[in-house]
Amino acid sequence: MDIDLITNILYAMIRTGTPLLIVALGELICEKSGVLNLGQEGMMLMGAVIGFIVTLLSGSLLLGFMLAIIAGVLMSLIFGLITMELSANQVATGLALTIFGTGLSAFIGSDYVGKPIEGLDPIFISGLTDLPIIGRMLFGQDLVVYLSFILFAAAYWFVNYSRPGLVLKAVGENPHAANAIGLPVFKTRYLAIMFGGAMAGLAGGYLSLAYTPLWAENMTAGRGWIALALVVFASWKVGRVLLGAWLFGLASILHLVFQGLGFSVSPNLLAILPYLATVVVLVILSSNQARSRLVAPMSLGNPFYAKG
Amino acid sequence: MIKLEPRGERSRAMAYLSPVLAALLTMLTGLILFTLLGVDPVEALITILYVPISDTHGLAELCVKTAPILLCAIGLSVAFKAKIWNIGAEGQLLMGGLFGSYIALQFIEVEAFWVLPAVLIAGVVGGIVWSGIAAVLKVRFNTNEILTTIMMNYIALNILLWAVHGPLKDPDGYNFPESALFGDSALLPILVEDTRVHFGMALALLAVVAVWVLMSRSFYGFQIKVMGMDAGAARLSGFKEKRLTYFALLLSGGLAGLAGVGEVTGPIGQLIPQISPGYGYAAIIVAFLGRLHPVGILLASLLMALLYMGGEMAQISLGLPLALTGLFQGMLLFYLLACDVLISFRIRLKSKKLKPSPPLPPLASETQG
Amino acid sequence: MKQNPSPPRLTLRGISKQYPGCLANDDIHLDIAPAEIHALLGENGAGKSTLMKVIYGLVKPDYGELLWDGLPIEVKDPAHARKLGIGMVFQHFSLFETLTVTENIALALGDDAGELGPLAEKIRSVSEKYGMAINPDREIHTLSVGERQRVEIVRCLVQNIKLLILDEPTSVLTPQEVDTLFVTLRQLAHEGCSILFISHKLNEVKALCHKATVLRAGKVSGECIPAEEDTTSMAKLMVGDDTPISTTYPKKLGSTPLLKISDLNLTSDDPFGVHLKQINLTVNAGEIVGIAGVAGNGQEELLASLSGEQRCQNDTIHFADTPVGKLSPDQRRQWGLAFVPEERLGRGAVPEMSLTENALLTGFLSGLVSKGMVAWHKAEAFADEIIAQYKVKTPGRHAQADSLSGGNLQKFIIGREIMQNPRILIAAHPTWGVDIGAATAIHKALIKLRDQGAAILVVSEDIDELFLISDRIGAICDGALSPIKPTPESSIQELGRMMAGDFNSPTCEQGATP
Repeated sequence: MDIDLITNILYAMIRTGTPLLIVALGELICEKSGVLNLGQEGMMLMGAVIGFIVTLLSGSLLLGFMLAIIAGVLMSLIFGLITMELSANQVATGLALTIFGTGLSAFIGSDYVGKPIEGLDPIFISGLTDLPIIGRMLFGQDLVVYLSFILFAAAYWFVNYSRPGLVLKAVGENPHAANAIGLPVFKTRYLAIMFGGAMAGLAGGYLSLAYTPLWAENMTAGRGWIALALVVFASWKVGRVLLGAWLFGLASILHLVFQGLGFSVSPNLLAILPYLATVVVLVILSSNQARSRLVAPMSLGNPFYAKG
Repeated sequence: MIKLEPRGERSRAMAYLSPVLAALLTMLTGLILFTLLGVDPVEALITILYVPISDTHGLAELCVKTAPILLCAIGLSVAFKAKIWNIGAEGQLLMGGLFGSYIALQFIEVEAFWVLPAVLIAGVVGGIVWSGIAAVLKVRFNTNEILTTIMMNYIALNILLWAVHGPLKDPDGYNFPESALFGDSALLPILVEDTRVHFGMALALLAVVAVWVLMSRSFYGFQIKVMGMDAGAARLSGFKEKRLTYFALLLSGGLAGLAGVGEVTGPIGQLIPQISPGYGYAAIIVAFLGRLHPVGILLASLLMALLYMGGEMAQISLGLPLALTGLFQGMLLFYLLACDVLISFRIRLKSKKLKPSPPLPPLASETQG
Repeated sequence: MKQNPSPPRLTLRGISKQYPGCLANDDIHLDIAPAEIHALLGENGAGKSTLMKVIYGLVKPDYGELLWDGLPIEVKDPAHARKLGIGMVFQHFSLFETLTVTENIALALGDDAGELGPLAEKIRSVSEKYGMAINPDREIHTLSVGERQRVEIVRCLVQNIKLLILDEPTSVLTPQEVDTLFVTLRQLAHEGCSILFISHKLNEVKALCHKATVLRAGKVSGECIPAEEDTTSMAKLMVGDDTPISTTYPKKLGSTPLLKISDLNLTSDDPFGVHLKQINLTVNAGEIVGIAGVAGNGQEELLASLSGEQRCQNDTIHFADTPVGKLSPDQRRQWGLAFVPEERLGRGAVPEMSLTENALLTGFLSGLVSKGMVAWHKAEAFADEIIAQYKVKTPGRHAQADSLSGGNLQKFIIGREIMQNPRILIAAHPTWGVDIGAATAIHKALIKLRDQGAAILVVSEDIDELFLISDRIGAICDGALSPIKPTPESSIQELGRMMAGDFNSPTCEQGATP
């Protein structure tokens, strides 16, 4: 393997891991509040299709990204309304969100399949980008990748050091106790759900505006689900999400590695790798039952219904 | 202000009414949507809900589409009753189709009565293997079955693609990603002449009856229900949690596998990449919509099959995107979940202001000191 | 009370609150003066909890008003209540297990919490001042139940407190801890803080409170000065005239061992669990053995190893001469075990299933299932029989378990277990949260089963109950079991010491030592 190949692989690893990182951060915050939203895939698809159409029609990437985020938030609000106001089952509602998002995005985007747009360009930082091996990986990416670094740092600080982060954890552990001492359970959960939606929308937009600047039905290809697994992989710790996302990024571009090494394997079989890796990771991390009880937010998936 | 007030006890009537209400709300939303799209809404509804089944041919096709959905959904209902979220019917269906096809292609020249049963059994085994993996991971390693079954769907799809592009590709097929056509002895018999209604529909109905007996009459079914509603009570009564989990997952996987092999040996007749337009996912909606009850699931399957046909019809005659079906499916499930709130809650119109107390008695403190 | 020109700290006028199917509070009037310790007395289900939630802003009343220092006020939410100076100690603590003491208190204080460092110092000094030392840096899940209660109380004390509400605070404490708590409460009251003490235990109210308001079925049934009343008259106010208040049951000692635990050691794999240490216990046919203990001292683990949910070494548990440690719950039931768990909704009965289905839940071994099929008509008949014999108030066998009141559901569960003619019955907290009428019925059923020759083990936090029905009595603490003594030879004080882990009682006849 030569230097160029390694440089490219590292570059592609971060790039591929970025949407996963963004979605997983959103879902992690959401789960910290005790809400399990399985609708990531649906929200991402909506972000992707809306972002794409807006950019195609307006020519503005910024507008595209902004509306992708708004689309994600709106989708998450449907989830929020049904699970919070109507105390419906979170698992079923999340599934519904994914099915609905898949259908709606395909419906909206059916006229736009295969149309080209000018995608988001990488930003080169003179001097740094040309560094061997890590140059392109860290300093030759596009704006959203850099934004994901910032989001990661902000989420890390928020969860571990801020007072609202403390409230978030408290609500996720025991919403009834939180309500009893006067913490705003509903508000906290709504905000967490909306943040999750915003991140999914952004990640979806990234896919259709930067990663592969086009729209195709179901183009997220399970990334929303992988992000859910990532949160488990990270044991609900922000720090580990970064590592996990990049590792999954690597698993998704292994065909590059194989090509580089001169192997020829069926592309269909190679496409299995990220999903297989997800299953393996889940198995390793879930097998210790006692441990998983300690790390997951205790009220995860349980509806909260305030009496009175 | 509208307020939700707990009923105290679940309303049985609402439990049955809620799916109907959800279907009506979906239709209503559809009317609005069509109007916005500039399509005559009444015509659109007729095109989607009536035209596809306005003749015998249409009714027959409805049965053809219902069979796989029904098989998947009736299996899922058992798993869902146990609160085991098997989202992997799609993958299990694909694996059923793949396993069955493999056997069918092995005996493509053989003309014997045992070929079809062997193919069907292989299909069931395929589904069982696929759900069995998730079952082992859940029971032995405590792995969340939602995520594993979803991942297994993607894996199954890619294996299927690999198979039709590689080992199972028809050598005389001009390099299309398809297998050879199966021999006649591997095809399901037709039930109604001059239609495509095949034996799979009979199998599906049989499965409905069997699951109904299992869940409402047998003690095993009772244990599954208890485990789903209250795992603590099940454990305390000595119900075998692991065994029940395996049973529920393997049963649903096996029936999904049967659905898959029923497609390749029924209406399709060969292995192709598009065995299923998302029947496994639709079955999740059907299971919920049918209240996890066999009769409900039968009705919901028919509705879902109609929705598939209506989507195609709308594409052909109205020029609407085929994705309409998926959109309606999602809406249906959302409305259902929303309407379900009425099972345990009733809607009350309430004024927000605190009413003053009825006549004020003398203050107790006045007597003090 | 001394001359008091200032208005009461809190006045309730005509508070009413309707829940579906039950009028929880019906025209409640109440006054609490500054520096007064006021008891809110009543049975389970009398409406005490609802009323205090009204005061704390957790529940909005349908009618009525609150006066705070003489001025009408609407308590919007707990944060508002806290700003007014109202603090509340919940029965089921409102603490977060994975957070530290300081973080927990900071959360409740909201923006007033300030920096965590100075707050921790304040927690330390306040807790020491009131004789309830706690380490502010510890995580809640490492604390005992008593310590958690201290955190709840200190959480109220670090702010400017004018009214402290305590909901059944003594139910989780040993008798000695109760005494310490009372010292703290008197000190607080002496400093001018009003205290609303919610309880159903008459002795405690008599020992601590200046005044008492008694609730029955959502209404004020009387007011009194506890020091001037005897417990019988207060009990009459609580339960009405037609309910027999107290009975005594003759004590019996059996001689044929039916349940035998020998050298049971068990390591819990639950991170919040307790390890069982060298448990030895014999329950004979025809006697009731009672085990007291503060929650979280190994009761759950002991009960799980007896029910069969938790397997252990085969020869550590014997039913008569049969080693059963490796048997599953249904195999043990087949032998003749019956089990009444603490959680009546959620283990004892499936909330959303009908009474018929819940009868089948453990009754499946007594002929309700044949060839794998449920004989529903037999299950229905069994359910009807339980309902009739144990006077379960319900519209019928088709009613959902969660539609029954706690007392009625418990009668159903106990009836279901007893009607299967068990040789051993194990009951956890059998009358927890149950009204006195139902409690008496349950006690009588247990005594009757004992007299028929069954061996009965009762695990409870309610010491009074254990003294009432147990023939022999002991305590569990930190996974170890005290010696078991005949009840007449024990005392509340001695049992209290055992609950705190002090087993070195001078007279020790049989039990812990093999």
